Amino acid sequence: MATSMSPPVAHESAIAAQLARHAVYVAPAILIAAGIYGGPGAVISAGIGLVIVAMNFLVSARLIAWAALKSPSAVQAAVLGGFLARLVVLTALVFALAQVNFIDAVVLVLTIAVTHLGLLIWETRYVSLTLGAPGLKPGVIGRSEEE
Amino acid sequence: MHDILLAVQEAGELKDGLSSIGAGIAYGAAAIGPGIGIGIVVGNAITAMARQPEMSGPIRTTMFLGIAFTEALALFGFVLFFLAKG
Repeated sequence: MATSMSPPVAHESAIAAQLARHAVYVAPAILIAAGIYGGPGAVISAGIGLVIVAMNFLVSARLIAWAALKSPSAVQAAVLGGFLARLVVLTALVFALAQVNFIDAVVLVLTIAVTHLGLLIWETRYVSLTLGAPGLKPGVIGRSEEE
Repeated sequence: MHDILLAVQEAGELKDGLSSIGAGIAYGAAAIGPGIGIGIVVGNAITAMARQPEMSGPIRTTMFLGIAFTEALALFGFVLFFLAKG
């Protein structure tokens, strides 16, 4: 007897998409703070930092969702390899950007670290870990679709 | 006088060199911890998924957040690296 199995849902991607959306929400406050601290160069640096954080979450989630379809070993390889690869890319990117004279490297890396952690802490409010709703809380999904 | 100036210049270069070495060690050490942490998170998540496949959804969600939180430590090492380099 053949049984139909629904394809696994990528909960990580939904969470990462919401993290990226929240990054857009907090962007004005971060850009204003950066502008007060260091002028236009710091604003551009903070903006690039926000884009890097959002892209980092989205790539990480996409990688896990893709590997989860393959096998548990693929998940392990993708996560550990992905961590290393993303760290190398991030380092190379920040070093390259630091050579540009109007980029403030300290503001850039501070924005990346603080926004990354801040968005994650914020996201824990919206994550449901029940069997019925393994990703975001059902009300949150409905609200984000309305937006 | 020339010798004194040369010594001062060399001391400055030595300080720059040592601070670069220190920054590199700080970043390397800060990347090792999250690497171990992510290994533990993923290893335990896979064990949990193997034991209870029906719970793989919540487990993957927890794993994703755990990985992201652990990765933040590496990012703070990265910040320290740039602050140490000045």
